[in-house]
Amino acid sequence: MPETIEKVSIQLKVNGKSHSVSVEPRTLLVELLREHLDLTGTHVGCDTTYCGACTVLMNGAAVKSCTMFAVQADGAEITTVEGLEKDGQLHPIQRAFGDAYGLQCGYCTPGFMLSAMQLLAHNQQPSDHDIRKAIAGNTCRCTGYQNIFKAIQLAAQNMKGAR
Amino acid sequence: MYPRAFHYHRAGSLQEAVTMLSQLGDDAKLLAGGQSLIPLMKLRFANPAHLVDLNFVSGTSYIKEENGSLLFGPLTRHAEIENSALAAKIPILHDCAAGIADVQVRNRGTIGGSLAEADPSGDWAVVLMTLSTDVRCLGRNGQRTVALNSFIKDAYTTELAHDELVSEVTVKMPPKGSGGAYLAFKRAAPVYPTASAAVQLTMEGDTCKDAAIALGCVGLTAIKATDAEAALRGKAVTEKSVAAAVEAARTVADPQPDMRGSADYKRTLVGALVKRAIAAAVRRARGEQVEVNHLYA
Repeated sequence: MPETIEKVSIQLKVNGKSHSVSVEPRTLLVELLREHLDLTGTHVGCDTTYCGACTVLMNGAAVKSCTMFAVQADGAEITTVEGLEKDGQLHPIQRAFGDAYGLQCGYCTPGFMLSAMQLLAHNQQPSDHDIRKAIAGNTCRCTGYQNIFKAIQLAAQNMKGAR
Repeated sequence: MYPRAFHYHRAGSLQEAVTMLSQLGDDAKLLAGGQSLIPLMKLRFANPAHLVDLNFVSGTSYIKEENGSLLFGPLTRHAEIENSALAAKIPILHDCAAGIADVQVRNRGTIGGSLAEADPSGDWAVVLMTLSTDVRCLGRNGQRTVALNSFIKDAYTTELAHDELVSEVTVKMPPKGSGGAYLAFKRAAPVYPTASAAVQLTMEGDTCKDAAIALGCVGLTAIKATDAEAALRGKAVTEKSVAAAVEAARTVADPQPDMRGSADYKRTLVGALVKRAIAAAVRRARGEQVEVNHLYA
């Protein structure tokens, strides 16, 4: 396409850090995170709004970063899996996924953990049904989900204890 | 996957978006929640040269009750409707919002975008067709109000002119003694349903005073099953009248065979969904709290 497309300047906070970047409008949020900001913890799975491997939080809400343009995140606060740990300490959700063995290959895990973040921020005692609804947009092909359920239940218990 | 390159325009108001659409011409599209449009652009099924982004227009996401109606801002996200106590006053609206795709998609997708896209498999049109729903449209010549039943013309085709947009969705509160339910059968949460059914019944004792029944994913648009409604209207809701309504729904369904199932399969499925939705609607009309969840394969 010979025609020039103007880039758009945006400002956003990612994991607490401010960024000013200039992006082509068609740049997807996941591409901004991975290719421009070098935050490769957010994965691209299906790239068709199905699998949820690319899930991040935008202003606290889980979104599929392959299904948003970066320009739409202008002014937003984004949390990726890299933003979960604090001062070298894993977040309780990260610890629980390890302790309950809620992963095998790990490809889908960042997305599951960010979906769990949104759930547990609003619901400290999720039922099985709540967990099922919360992770319905995330697909894992290794663990059969049982250990992922256990990990989220364990995280809920641990986070309640910490409050 | 990369969409084709496009020019990005950020509207500051709905009126400005209308002006942009009319200046940019046919190659411009609106971007609301983007949960259908962006995948289509990534697959290059949609290749707009210009996108007009509505997401930064303030005051477009709200749920209000006014004069016996619920008013929805065009960019009200499905998740906001799912979690709204006001919207839950009409339980079928909660069924719809809470069952669309998954958490992530519901956090982005909008009621106005869903109606304006008019995907034959979309959820909102089916549900809103069973209620008294008006779509407010804003264009260069101001606002006009279109009843939902005449808003959707065909698959992916609405009454909207190129430079017109949905500015509000108005749903009249059903009368006392009315209850409804929406049920879809899905292979997995993130995908569109294989078939769906929305039923809203107004009951007086055991008699159905009024019935509205709509079917989803079994035609080029949501289908108002008027013969199925007539099978119940003015009659006692019995095994016999329900069977007649189900049969009428199966007859009016016009499903296409695809990867989700054969036409016969979908016709059978939609009948079963109508039957279950009637049962839940009757109980809700009596004032019972009934949780309705979609069925997953």
